[in-house]
Amino acid sequence: MKLPDLTELALRNLRESLLRNSLTTVGISVGVASLVAMLSLGIGLQQMASRRLMKSGLFDTVVVTSRREMRGMGREEERNGPTAGESRVLDEASRVEIEHLPNVSEAYPDIRFQAELRFEDKPHLTIISALPESAQSNDAFEGMQGSFFTSDTAPEVVLQKSFAEELLGKTPALGAPEPGAAELAKPLLGKELTLVYAQRASSPAQPTPLRPDTDSKDSDAAGASYSVISREQKLKIVGVSDLDPESMRGPSRAKVFLPLRLAEGLHVMQPTDLREISRAGSDHPVYSSISVRVKNPSQVQVVEDAIKKMGFTTFSILDASRGLRQFFGVLYSFLGIFGSLALMVASIGIVNTLVMAILERRREIGIMKAIGASDGDVKKLFFAEAGAMGILGGLVGVALGWAIGQIINFGTNVYLKRQSLPAEHFWAVPWWLVGGAILFSAGVSLVSGLYPAGRAAKLDPVQALRYE
Amino acid sequence: MTTVPAVSAALSTVAIHSDNLCRHYRMGETLIRAVDGVSLEVRSGEFVALLGSSGSGKSSMLNLIAGLDSPTSGSVVVQDRDLAKLSREELAKYRLHVVGMVFQSFNLIASMTVAENVELPLRFAEVERSKRDNMAREALERVGLRTRMGHRPSQLSGGEQQRAALARALINRPQLLLADEPTGNLDSRTGTEIMEMVQQFNRDLGMTIVMVTHERALAERYAQRMIFLADGRLIDDRANIPQPSGGGQS
Repeated sequence: MKLPDLTELALRNLRESLLRNSLTTVGISVGVASLVAMLSLGIGLQQMASRRLMKSGLFDTVVVTSRREMRGMGREEERNGPTAGESRVLDEASRVEIEHLPNVSEAYPDIRFQAELRFEDKPHLTIISALPESAQSNDAFEGMQGSFFTSDTAPEVVLQKSFAEELLGKTPALGAPEPGAAELAKPLLGKELTLVYAQRASSPAQPTPLRPDTDSKDSDAAGASYSVISREQKLKIVGVSDLDPESMRGPSRAKVFLPLRLAEGLHVMQPTDLREISRAGSDHPVYSSISVRVKNPSQVQVVEDAIKKMGFTTFSILDASRGLRQFFGVLYSFLGIFGSLALMVASIGIVNTLVMAILERRREIGIMKAIGASDGDVKKLFFAEAGAMGILGGLVGVALGWAIGQIINFGTNVYLKRQSLPAEHFWAVPWWLVGGAILFSAGVSLVSGLYPAGRAAKLDPVQALRYE
Repeated sequence: MTTVPAVSAALSTVAIHSDNLCRHYRMGETLIRAVDGVSLEVRSGEFVALLGSSGSGKSSMLNLIAGLDSPTSGSVVVQDRDLAKLSREELAKYRLHVVGMVFQSFNLIASMTVAENVELPLRFAEVERSKRDNMAREALERVGLRTRMGHRPSQLSGGEQQRAALARALINRPQLLLADEPTGNLDSRTGTEIMEMVQQFNRDLGMTIVMVTHERALAERYAQRMIFLADGRLIDDRANIPQPSGGGQS
C-alpha cells in the first residue's frame, strides 16, 4: 500500500475511536512536553551561563606573556621552550603583530598598577587597571550606576562598589547588609579623584635628587637609562559598578578602572620595566602581559597556537569552558532521562490503545486479508496509526512544553523584578529540540506499535472473519 | 463433468484442482475433519455450487480454495498455483488478483463509504487514485449503486450491501468468484437479484464461480454443477442445467 493511502486509512481509523485515540495522544503530548520542558530548561540555563561568561570576557580572551616571565614555573612547555635570551620581548611591536593575527579582534596591554588615589584629601591605596572601550559590553558594567568612559582618553574613572564604600567610609561590618550601588554612586558621581603615580620617563642626562616638596620627583634606577617621576592626574568619577569585572583575578583584582589610552599615556611604571631594562638595555615599554580578544570563543585554540608559534606563552580559560560543557552534558542527560520517563509511560498507552484496536477491528482485519491485504499491509497500517499518534502527540507536546517554559519564565521574571533583579531568559527551545522531540516521539510510538502491529498482521483471516 | 454450451470455450482449462484435500482441526481431544480427502476439478468459466448441511465442510472447502486457510494434507491448485506451497505474501497477492470473495454477512467495513469499500482492494494493489476512482465508479455502476457511492454500509439495505460487496469482489477483475452463502441474509426477491447478477458475471465475463449454499433450489436454478459434501467428504458431484430466471427464490 502506498504511503498516502496508508496515512489516509490510518487517520480515518484514528478518527473512528476519537476519544480513546485523543486521550492516548494527550498522554504522548504530556510526555513530550515534559521532555521538552526539561531539556529547554537545561539548554536555557547553559545559554544563560555561557552568555554571562561570554560577557565577562573570560572565554574569548587569551592572556599572552613573554616566556621570560614563565621560565622556572614548572610548566612543561616553558621548561622545554626557548631560554630567556632566545624568547621574544612582549612590547608594542609584538602587540601589533598579535592584533593582526586572523580571528583576533583586539590586543591590548594589561596595564595594572598600584597607586594612591586621593579623595577629599584622604589617600587610598589600591590596584588600578586599564580597560579598552570593548569592556563596555562586559557584564559587570551592564547595570552600573553612572556611565562608562565617554572616550578612550577621557580623564575619567569607574569604581568598583567596594572601593566606593571605602571612599565614603561605608565599608559594611562582617555580616551586615551591603549598601546598594545606587546609594553609593549618588554622592560620588561627578566628583574628582587625584591619582598619584610613578611615571616612567626617558633617561635624563643627569639624575636629579629626590625632592619631596615638588610634585615631580625623578630618581635614578640603578644606573639604567630611564627615570621615575611622581605625577598626579585628576580623574572624574563617572560610574560605580555593582559587579566585579575582575572577580576571576582573585586578590590581584583591580577596584578602580581607567580608559586604556589614558592609562597608556600616563606611562605608569610597571613592575617589568626594571627587569626588561636590565636585561635588554632598551628603554622601550615592555608589557608584562597582553590581553587578546578573539572574535569567536571557538577560535581561541587556533589563536593560542598561533601566538605560541610566535614565541609567547598563552593562557585561556578554554579548559574551564570544556568543564562547563561537560557539566551541562551530564545535566542534559539527567533532564532528558527524567523527561523521557513520562514519554515511556505514554508509550504503554499506545500499546494498550492499539491492542484494543486490534480486538475491536479483528473482523475488519479479516476482511482486509480476505480481499488481498498482505501481512505487511496490516502491519504498516497499525504502524502508521502509532506513528500518526506519535507525530501528533509530538507536535502538541512541543507546543505545550514551549508554553510551560514561557509561563515559568514569565513567572520567574515577575519574581526577579519584585526582587529588583534584572530579567533573565533562561528557557530556550532550539529548532533541533523541536525536531528531535517530534522524531523521538514518533520513534517511541513506532516502537510501541511493533507488538500490536505484529499481532494484527499474524491474525488468522478465517478466525478473524468469524469474530463478531 | 458436464459442460454448458454458453461457456464451452472457456471450460477447456482447469481452474481448480484438489487432490485428496484435507483440513483437520483438533479441539481438545476431538479431531474435527472439516474437509476430508476431497478430490475435484473445476474448469474455467464453470458455475459450481457446493451444497451440504451445516457443518458439512463447504465453507472450509471454500476457504481452502480462497487461500484463507491451508490444507492439513493433500493439495489444492488454482490457476496453476499450488496454494499449499505459496508463502503468506504470495497468498495475499493471489487473493488480491485471482480471487474475488462475497460473504453471507457482506463484510463491508462500516467506517468506510461504499466507494471506499469497493476501491479498497485497489489500494492494496497500489493502483493510482484517479484510476481507482474510475474503476470503483464503473464497478458500482455495474451493480446499480452509482448513486450510493458516498453512503456508509449502514445506510444501505441488505441487497445493496451485497451488491456493493459484489462490486468490491469484481474490482480487480478476478478469474474466480467465491461466494459463501451470498443470499443467506437476503429476502428471496433480493437474493434472486444478486444471483442473477452472479450468473451474469459468469456468462458475460466467463468468470469461474464457486458458490457455497445449503439451498438446493438456488443451486439448481443457477449452477451448472452441484457438488454435495457431508462430514467433510464429497458425496456427490453432478451436472445441472440451470433453470431460466423468472421465479423467486425458494
